[in-house]
Amino acid sequence: MPRLTADHEACQGYGNCITGAPDVYDIDDDGVVVLLTQEIPEGDRARVEEAARSCPVDALRVED
Amino acid sequence: MSTVVVVGSSVAGVRTVQALRSEGFTGRVVLVGAEPELPYDKPPLSKQFLAGAWDTDRIRLLTAERAAELDVELRLGSAAERLDVAGRQVHLADGSVLGFDAVVLATGAAARPSPWPVESGVHVVRSLTDARALRAGLDHEGPVVVVGGGFIGAEVAATASALGRAVTVVDPLPSPIGRVVGAELGEHFTGLHHRHGVVTRFGTGVESVTGVAGDLAVALTDGTTLPAATVVVGIGATPNDGWLATSGLLVENGVTCDEHCRAVDAPDVLVVGDLARWYHPGHGEHLRVEHWTNAVDSAVVAAHNIAHPDDLRTHAPVEYVWSDQYDWRIQIVGRPARAARHELVGSLTGDAARAAAVYTDDEGRLLGAVTVNWPKALVLCRRLLGAGATAADALAQLAALPAARVAA
Ligand SMILES: Cc1cc2nc3c(=O)[nH]c(=O)nc-3n(C[C@H](O)[C@H](O)[C@H](O)COP(=O)(O)OP(=O)(O)OC[C@H]3O[C@@H](n4cnc5c(N)ncnc54)[C@H](O)[C@@H]3O)c2cc1C
Ligand code: SF4
Repeated sequence: MPRLTADHEACQGYGNCITGAPDVYDIDDDGVVVLLTQEIPEGDRARVEEAARSCPVDALRVED
Repeated sequence: MSTVVVVGSSVAGVRTVQALRSEGFTGRVVLVGAEPELPYDKPPLSKQFLAGAWDTDRIRLLTAERAAELDVELRLGSAAERLDVAGRQVHLADGSVLGFDAVVLATGAAARPSPWPVESGVHVVRSLTDARALRAGLDHEGPVVVVGGGFIGAEVAATASALGRAVTVVDPLPSPIGRVVGAELGEHFTGLHHRHGVVTRFGTGVESVTGVAGDLAVALTDGTTLPAATVVVGIGATPNDGWLATSGLLVENGVTCDEHCRAVDAPDVLVVGDLARWYHPGHGEHLRVEHWTNAVDSAVVAAHNIAHPDDLRTHAPVEYVWSDQYDWRIQIVGRPARAARHELVGSLTGDAARAAAVYTDDEGRLLGAVTVNWPKALVLCRRLLGAGATAADALAQLAALPAARVAA
């Protein structure tokens, strides 16, 4: 299954990913992204990738 | 096979071509850009890139390899000069003509030029070329004068001062950021400059700029003159819509379009990013905004609507913009400028500022929020705004965040 990863160093807490897919992304008290799941079903991939592309610092990746 | 031409190769254009593919569009996709550069991102140009912390690789939005993988043809280095809507053609400066079934206009905005023509030393910040030139200008040891105390001006001031320059920011408004966040919060933004040793001359205009790079004089309306090695002018942006003057499209401070990002009376012409003046159904009015996230969101809507014309999506976002100034990460959601008043949770003074200002109208509706160094609060307010919550809800939920107690 495609796997979602986050570059926690790069994340700046802009929060765009969370607005795009709040069931997949969250943010911790320090303003760093938290992945609520990393296994992304193929049928969900487009939506999760779309939210990933809304990240201003390109911190999120969906890979096979 | 159907062809989509996307004109403008910054974030709105690049996200459009990416979203076309992820929305399943299999036809031909051409991305046209005036600049010969591979697409790059703008927000870092006044921040990490200007500071020298990030290089050009770090701000690339698209590489040639990635474009090939997406099967996107790049036509960089040749501006679009004319759009023929009825004939479905875009005419480029190099004389070539691209036919299309749908076209996406993403030519963005340009920095309003300096009204004071001098030979050298006066900069704007919009393109990578601009940012490189300013970066070189900041290598001069002498003082820097920033004209315009809005977001870009404030960011440039913060970056220049971190590079060790003596900086003065001039603006005719008494509280430039106050226009967006209200006068009271605006004072804190002015204080932020002062805390970092940057001088402000707010409420004062610029009469003239004379001299050359390294030896400039900025004459102010109050009769004083500031010496400067480098001057930066950040006085806003105007939409790049001149090339559309003969297109027959409704062009009025940007290209007017409907809630589906389609130009008025031209449904195969879609408009995204800073160029679009679209109808926001939630607000019941046409808006043009110059925010990164709006460029990305509108690109996704436009791409979807091209790929799935039977299932049109509406572009009705909650406004969102961020800015990094000194040690503040500032995030603004909604429309604080329209609010009657606000309430502050946390503190904006001292070296460990962390706060959220919640904006409301006389009916107690939540209209917007400004957060400083508190992303969690931003995410919360952004969600509540989308859900139509009251300001009281927002304040109660903010108070329940663990960091609220630390901040208070
Ligand atoms: C220095 C700076 C800092 C910023 N910081 C922030 C921030 O912190 N947060 C935030 O939310 N927003 C910020 N913004 C705003 C954000 O970058 C813009 O909203 C965003 O870039 C808009 O994207 P766009 O693609 O619509 O337009 P633009 O970025 O303006 O890009 C338009 C592109 O079209 C090209 N073009 C123009 N005319 C033609 C033509 N005739 N033919 C072909 N190509 C053409 C241009 O060369 C350019 O590449 C900042 C902007 C700047 C300049
Ligand atoms: S959009 Fe990017 S920067 Fe923002 S919270 Fe998500 S991962 Fe972090």
